Amino acid sequence: MPTDADEKAAASAAATQTTQRAQQRFWRSIEDLVDAAHPAPMRSSMLSIDIPLHGRREFMKLMAASLALTGASGCSRPPLEKIVPYVHGPAQSSYGKPVFFASAVARDGYGTGVLVETNMGRPTKIEGNPSHPASLGATDIFAQASVLELWDPDRSKVVRQANAISTWRSFLTALSERMRALKQRHGEGLCLLTESVTSPTLYAQLQTLLERLPKAHWHQYQALNRDAAYDGARFALGRSVETRYRLDRARIVVALDADFLDGLPGSVRYARDFVAARSLQSNSTLHRFYAVESTPSLTGAQADRRLALPARQVEDVARALAARLGLGVAVEASTSIPADWLDAAVADLVAQRGQCLVIVGERQPATVHALAHAINAMLGNVGSTVVYTAPVVASPINQLASVSTLGTAMRAGEVDSLLMIGGNPAYDAPADLDFVAALERVPFKVHLGLYDDETAARSDWHVPAAHALETWSDVRAFDGTISIQQPCIAPLYGGKSAHELLSALLGDAPDSAHDIVRAHWQAQRRADDFSAFWQQTLHQGLVADSAFSPIEVSLRRDLGAALAPPSARRGEIELIFCSDPTIGDGRYANNAWLQELPKPLTKLTWDNAALVAPALAQRLQLANEDVVELRLANRAVKAPVWITPGQPDHTVTVALGYGRSRAGSVGNAHGFNANALRTSTGFWFTGGVELVKTGQRYALASTQGHDTMAGRDIVRVLSREEAIACKDRGPGAKDTLFTLYRALPTSEYAWAMSIDLNACIGCGACTVACQAENNIPVVGKAEVRRGREMHWIRVDRYYQGAPGTPRTLFMPVPCMQCEHAPCEVVCPVEASVHDAQGINVQVYNRCVGTRFCSNNCPYKVRRFNFLQYAQDVPTLNAQRNPQVTVRMRGVMEKCNYCLQRITTARIAADKEDRRIRDGEVVTACQAVCPTGAIVFGDLNDAGSAVNQRKASPLDYALLAELNTRPRTTYLPKIIGAAREIDRSGRAGDAAPLARGCHG
Amino acid sequence: MVSEESLSATPVLAGHYSPASITDKIADIVLERPTHWGWVVGMAVCAALTIVFLVAVSYLFARGVGIWGVDQPVAWAFAITNFVWWVGIGHAGTFISAFLLLLRASWRTSINRFAEAMTIFAIAIAGLMPILHLGRPWFFYWLIPYPDIMNLWPQWRSPLIWDIFAIGTYIIVSILFWYTGLIPDLATLRDRAAQRWKQLAYGLFALGWRGEARHWQRFDTAYLLLAGLATPLVISVHSVVSLDFAIGNTPGWHSTIFPPYFVAGALFSGFAMALTICIPLRAVFGLKELITARHLDNIAKLALLCGLVVAYSYMSELFMAFYSADPYAIYMTLNRIEGPYAPVYWAVILCNVAVPQALWFAKVRASVLSLFAIALVINVGMWLERFMIIVTSLHRDFLPSAWGMFYPTVWDVATLVGSLGVFALLFLLFVRFLPAISMSEMRKLTRKKTLRRS
Repeated sequence: MPTDADEKAAASAAATQTTQRAQQRFWRSIEDLVDAAHPAPMRSSMLSIDIPLHGRREFMKLMAASLALTGASGCSRPPLEKIVPYVHGPAQSSYGKPVFFASAVARDGYGTGVLVETNMGRPTKIEGNPSHPASLGATDIFAQASVLELWDPDRSKVVRQANAISTWRSFLTALSERMRALKQRHGEGLCLLTESVTSPTLYAQLQTLLERLPKAHWHQYQALNRDAAYDGARFALGRSVETRYRLDRARIVVALDADFLDGLPGSVRYARDFVAARSLQSNSTLHRFYAVESTPSLTGAQADRRLALPARQVEDVARALAARLGLGVAVEASTSIPADWLDAAVADLVAQRGQCLVIVGERQPATVHALAHAINAMLGNVGSTVVYTAPVVASPINQLASVSTLGTAMRAGEVDSLLMIGGNPAYDAPADLDFVAALERVPFKVHLGLYDDETAARSDWHVPAAHALETWSDVRAFDGTISIQQPCIAPLYGGKSAHELLSALLGDAPDSAHDIVRAHWQAQRRADDFSAFWQQTLHQGLVADSAFSPIEVSLRRDLGAALAPPSARRGEIELIFCSDPTIGDGRYANNAWLQELPKPLTKLTWDNAALVAPALAQRLQLANEDVVELRLANRAVKAPVWITPGQPDHTVTVALGYGRSRAGSVGNAHGFNANALRTSTGFWFTGGVELVKTGQRYALASTQGHDTMAGRDIVRVLSREEAIACKDRGPGAKDTLFTLYRALPTSEYAWAMSIDLNACIGCGACTVACQAENNIPVVGKAEVRRGREMHWIRVDRYYQGAPGTPRTLFMPVPCMQCEHAPCEVVCPVEASVHDAQGINVQVYNRCVGTRFCSNNCPYKVRRFNFLQYAQDVPTLNAQRNPQVTVRMRGVMEKCNYCLQRITTARIAADKEDRRIRDGEVVTACQAVCPTGAIVFGDLNDAGSAVNQRKASPLDYALLAELNTRPRTTYLPKIIGAAREIDRSGRAGDAAPLARGCHG
Repeated sequence: MVSEESLSATPVLAGHYSPASITDKIADIVLERPTHWGWVVGMAVCAALTIVFLVAVSYLFARGVGIWGVDQPVAWAFAITNFVWWVGIGHAGTFISAFLLLLRASWRTSINRFAEAMTIFAIAIAGLMPILHLGRPWFFYWLIPYPDIMNLWPQWRSPLIWDIFAIGTYIIVSILFWYTGLIPDLATLRDRAAQRWKQLAYGLFALGWRGEARHWQRFDTAYLLLAGLATPLVISVHSVVSLDFAIGNTPGWHSTIFPPYFVAGALFSGFAMALTICIPLRAVFGLKELITARHLDNIAKLALLCGLVVAYSYMSELFMAFYSADPYAIYMTLNRIEGPYAPVYWAVILCNVAVPQALWFAKVRASVLSLFAIALVINVGMWLERFMIIVTSLHRDFLPSAWGMFYPTVWDVATLVGSLGVFALLFLLFVRFLPAISMSEMRKLTRKKTLRRS
């Protein structure tokens, strides 16, 4: 790309001397290096394989060339500045070995500490940072997939002016001209639009800008904002605070439309705390979990008492709770909230004063948040289960108001220059703002973004943003902990960070992001210990003790009176918006891993759908994949229907993030754009939507066609009493079925896995982590519809009970590594064989693809490359794990317990002449699991964690009656007290309760 | 009104033929008779279908098996269905030529040659199918034990390896048997051919046959021995093919009744295919005196017998599913009957159980048209049966989360239809270049007939 190179040259001319020197030492591509060394014809002959050799000279020449190439291919581009590896030795001695760098990735502004695995300078995998409070070693799906985002070939690669290729230097020239005029007007007419800012450096830069240009305006908007939470806090507590929950201290939890296991900032940490508090080992400090939900979520799936209500009725629940607790709040009279649910919840809350917790989700209006603050205060939970801290978002204004103000100003022609730093408002701003039309009134529009997206196309200038893994920045986590984001690779396409753009805007010397971030932190610290601090911070992945400490707040006394009276709107269908479970607000739309990751509950891939309750579907005579027109006032969108058990009646939920037109080759033309119905008055939910059947059909790709267990013993469900009784009985002798097969040869190690179904929340992080670790290809929607998805570990979702109020069960299913593997006996070419460590390995280069193994696998965990799924795209190749083969078409593949990790550990152990220690081998799925549901280890090590799990009398093998003797076994799902369950009206499919206890 | 007695009394050789005239009649089809327009039309259609087959296979090799509808969990579908069906069709040929030879059933004489040809073409196509269905078909030879440099042998526990041997043996023995039987006829053609190249070609393959007594003595011994070798194959080959499924643990496959069930099914479809072929053959080439109503009647009776064994197997499967009390087997059975593939199940019952019952009636067996129609129905039914066994067992096995469906693509259909075209093309070439009826054996039959009359 000539412009790119020009621009780089231009940039380097202006850069510091260090940068210049570094520039000379690195090359941008193999071609650069080879070009310099050899003329073109030579190169082409070098690269072809079958060259006739005419003697020693040619041979030597070729050897020299191939050695040079080896060197060239071994080199990638580390960033120019010094970066600090996390665990292993210095980068220089790491050829062929991965190096981990501590950094952070953000989801909707909130950071999670991660360790970025780099192989020869290429970031290939994300692991959680065990010392980071939001991670504790785990991550969510978005962090896992961020590495694919980095290598996405559809990312914006060049600066564009009016959609024509331009350069950063031309942009700087245009910008400085603009700024000269703006400075004279003290910034009048200049507007900045950012997403939620949690970066201290960026915030400082913005403050500086606003100081220098006092008449400039800074607006914030992101589609998934936390307006209601901050507004609620301001209303009830008088100031913007961050509400943090201590699930480890809570005995009773009531969640009001709050998806704290998957949606709230810090959900990875919350999930860990929640599951730890619910486990049998902890004697279940968390007794009961009540959830009210307007849309089925992973959180609701864990509830002991789940109540499905339209979103607008959640306020009624909050009011009723508050009223019953004596808060003097007006209650909607004709409320239809089940009294027994309320009675039970109130009784439990009162009984566990100070140790209970009410959580409210982002979707609920400020009133509900305020009520929750009041209830928590009244129950004495503040300081124990609820902690208030300073807001994580640097300037927690109401973003909806902010973007509306901006829209108005734009339409009025008051905005002369608009800088959009991140975000995609042309796609996701509220529909009533008509942001696209408003943009046209602005003469100078700049967009900084990872993609040449809907907003970029409508901007005068688009600057490609540097990815979080290729630039410097800093970010706060849900508890305020700051991480310095350090790049693991130089910007692939010369992308710029927000810091660099702002620095350019300020007219400062064109610093690199590194210098800006470092300078900011240097200003915060004493000079003498700074380099030690910097080193330590980068090494640890977080700024020590930077978490916010709790603050004292006081609840306003007249809360009950100050609240608006409850409104009664009934009998109409409610439209609910939600963040898409896998692609969020659309920013991950071009991420194929996330597109193909089944949505945890619907198991849909590649599309969003209008989720309706079975009862509503029956009334409107809708079937799955029927296209309905969702009509709301004068807006309408066509959407396919997906019948979702557990969805409240009289509601339709639509996920944001789809219907993108300029997401990229992966994300375009999937699903429908729910933003077209989302207005600033009905931002999260609104009544009065009409579903009009169109008679059309739209094909959806779901990975699971059957929702019940068909009465089979698959996910075992035990009540807490049963489980404890069973445990107390101690380990019984497990039945060993007779077999004709000889025992297989064993070795020093016997690898095995245990999956605790009671800990699994069904988030699907294991699936994405496995995909990243094992080079698993993406197959696309059409292939998923054919049932050809390639995930080595899938999360099965089953429903029990009535379709309207089901119990949702999750079961991760990797390869069982059967000791008597049915796949092995039927393979004619010995491609499916057992190794001495007990792993059922697949020999890819021996496989001819009879697929008999898959037919004979009762768990159906084998995956076949029906077509050439692994793409040969240079950047995507760069993401691949060099320790794992990329499979060609016609080859069977499957989970092998991350054999490459076992081998790495074994080599290390052999060198030190010792056994592999317990916990030394961590599989990708185990590492990423937020709740520690997966434990992996050696059965020959008596003290290993996996042996401890398997010693439990509750441990069971899936389809044990087939005598496959799986090495992967399960611990049952344990549900609240049996009495409670009966009261909640569980129906049918009760068989598993009777089974499940050995001995 | 056709009575049972009159049908059985129909001679196996009608008309008044001397050894010489019958040789004339049969050899003329190859050497003298001008090309029949029906043959030309047939060739055109079959050649078109063969091109379809070649295109489908080429595209398959270029893209991979993903062009078919196979998926997870249904990793086998059309290709393996075609394989089992084609292998089955071969069985009737061997049964007629070898088994009935040992039983000295003289009525086999006029139909054994083309039945054997049918066997060979069917196995050739059947043998292609498992190779086509491989993910990496270019490595198919890895299934064959050969001394490779890594000392790696196939995995002997896999029924697919047994298959290689069963099918390999079958095709070798079938070709030998067919060819051995052809030698005297090839010599006849050599002697009668007018053109030099025909004399050379037939002469080459006649292996210097001069019709000496020693030749005949050795020929008869060899032929009998080969018949003895081929006869057990009727039982063994499809038994082994059935083990491809019975060894698997999939409900619907894992059943001990499979070997006899598959053999009966194979013969059933084979007899149906024999009828499908010989009815137009005798009409087009005027062989009604050689292939008489008696032959058709006998084949139909055998088909009926096999059909009854097949029906028994269906009932036994139903019974055993419930008798076993295995919830997976019970679900599989109910799913076949009332699940998404229920139409296939009921079509199978209709085609293979209900319709063949018409063959109890002499009137039906005497009517060429109705026999032809029933034969076609059985052919379809047996293909559907194999589809049912493979697909409906796989599509819902143990874990409901992994259940799925199979929908064929245009390439699945093209491969099946194309393979029919290849088969018919080979057969049409066979009837024009080789004697479709054994001249030497027919001469014996005329002699026997003359002797009996005198």
